[in-house]
Amino acid sequence: MGQVLSVSTHRVPWKPSAIQANIGYLFAAVVIASLLFSVFVACYGKNPLEVFTLVYIGGFGSGFAWQDTLARAAPLILVGLAVAIPAQAGMVIIGGEGALVLGGLAGAMVSLPFVGEPALPMQLLILASGALMGAGWFAIVGALRQYRALNETISSLLLSYIGIAFFHHLTEGPFRDPASLDKPSTYPIDPSYMLPVIPGINVHIGLVISIVLALLVFFIMRFTFWGFALKVVGGSAKVARMVGISVNRWVIGATAIAGAMAGLAGAIEVSAVQGTANSSLIAGYGTSGILVAFLSRHHPLAIIPVACLIGGLQASGSLLQRRLDLPDATILVFQGLIFVCVLLADAVAQKSNDAKGS
Amino acid sequence: MDIIDIGWASLPLAIIGGAIRVSTPFIFVSLGECITEKSGRINLGLEGNLILGAMAGYAVSYLSGSPWLGVLAAGVAGMLFGLLHGLLCSVKRVNDTAIGISLMVLGTGLAFCLGKPLIQPKAPPLPSIDFGYWSDTPQLRAALDVNALFLVGIALAIAVYFFFNRTGWGLMLRTVGDSEDAAKALGFPVLRTRIFATMAGGFLAGVGGSFLSLSYPGSWSEGLSSGQGIMAVALVIFARWRSLRALWASLLFGGAGAIGPALQGMGVTGYYYLFNAAPYLLTLAIMIASTSRSAPFVDAPGELNLHR
Repeated sequence: MGQVLSVSTHRVPWKPSAIQANIGYLFAAVVIASLLFSVFVACYGKNPLEVFTLVYIGGFGSGFAWQDTLARAAPLILVGLAVAIPAQAGMVIIGGEGALVLGGLAGAMVSLPFVGEPALPMQLLILASGALMGAGWFAIVGALRQYRALNETISSLLLSYIGIAFFHHLTEGPFRDPASLDKPSTYPIDPSYMLPVIPGINVHIGLVISIVLALLVFFIMRFTFWGFALKVVGGSAKVARMVGISVNRWVIGATAIAGAMAGLAGAIEVSAVQGTANSSLIAGYGTSGILVAFLSRHHPLAIIPVACLIGGLQASGSLLQRRLDLPDATILVFQGLIFVCVLLADAVAQKSNDAKGS
Repeated sequence: MDIIDIGWASLPLAIIGGAIRVSTPFIFVSLGECITEKSGRINLGLEGNLILGAMAGYAVSYLSGSPWLGVLAAGVAGMLFGLLHGLLCSVKRVNDTAIGISLMVLGTGLAFCLGKPLIQPKAPPLPSIDFGYWSDTPQLRAALDVNALFLVGIALAIAVYFFFNRTGWGLMLRTVGDSEDAAKALGFPVLRTRIFATMAGGFLAGVGGSFLSLSYPGSWSEGLSSGQGIMAVALVIFARWRSLRALWASLLFGGAGAIGPALQGMGVTGYYYLFNAAPYLLTLAIMIASTSRSAPFVDAPGELNLHR
């Protein structure tokens, strides 16, 4: 930075490329977070090694653990994309939870009038209605930003609370199945309409859908005009207008697609796991999505392994509680520590990149 | 005491009483966020400070038997967490929005872990002041039974107003928040001011949390906060970064939030959850009405990251 002219007379034998340096910083951040977490569990009088072993066993140690982890990863990939896509256009959206629960509700309701129909069209209908619901809900965020200059972080947050309130009202009021006593739910989806599992492994097909979507987003962002235009809009709205890109359309489109991802996550949870729309959908997916997206630096491909990692961590929480009598929020502390350390490493990495003059 | 039937007149009374209860934590978090944002930084993680404060306040009140000592402990816990936020954000190029969310996750996790043993015991609650002693109507007395922290909050809003507008430090804080270059030219310590402002904001958020655990609902549980800390950011925009308006915004928000429970208390239960959306809808509606495409957030501190 600041150096206009630089002459390099000899080649450095080995210089880490940007991606290697990034992975190095990420690794260092996770190690530091693990050390801090060790100190934390040591304060509880537990052996950190035992804790990490249990995290591994609970998240990745067996076929059963992997099933749990991957089933959790599927919605995490989608809510991660819901944060990462608007981030390409420079927007920070934190209210994915509202779009998710409304998408789940739409998915749970739409198939109820149909009985005895073939499964595939109904499954597509469920997923599409979830995605559409989420898209419509989040398009409001983009529209408010463009037409009323209302900050997207705040409006998505408010809309999330409003969406969750509507969700509670509908699932506990007009749409409630009277048979659901202790946990108010909508009428259950016809079992034949539920999403199938992937042949061979006992994980629902939602995982495949979310991975395919992540790949698709990567491809679009990397190789098409759409991705380029979105980045231009994120870089400078003024420049985008000058080159004839309709900023309104791109911003609202990006938020709508993000909402579609979150709504789809809700519909998948409903049609693959829950079978009804109920309060189990409100499980902190909004925050988890931000975590996944920031840990993967909004990179659509990196989101897949990061979602598996976070899914595995969350899956291991109950094992920690059972075996070591640690509070289940212990995993929340670990997630928070990783999040903080990765953000710091990010900043330091950027600084060192600048110092190199790149 | 006999229940005197005063019919629908009890609805506004229940809303007033509810507004006072619901708005108290909002007054503290929004004033805290106001101070932090005036210095040019945003703390999206006040929810972490608030929950940590609620836990620490409850613990200290339980162990010491003094709820006011609990409030102090809550403030200190929030302040330390604010210090962490302030220091982390002083690293160059760190994204303060993301740091806020990460600290929210961390603070919530810490509070839930450390607060696990506190779910059973009962800590002494904060006192309230009976302004309705002259009345025989129980509904009126209930509405005027004002918790002490609410009064502290009102005094604090006025104090913050004077701090911003009538003191040298307030001027320094506003200068740092409006233009880093100007502040540097004047020789103001930019980073230190921001760290102190974040600590002050964290302290107030912690105190706001102690209201939840020590006054209303008045116990510690993991579902204690319903996002009061997160809403601070929206309320400050709503209040246009002015402390007295933050007070009104909190009261309005609390009043809207009290409609549902008040109606439920009168036997109207069908739309309980829908009324829970009322404060958020109101905030959104007023924000939509008061911003425009041409002049977004004219009152915002110039260095604030959220409104580029």
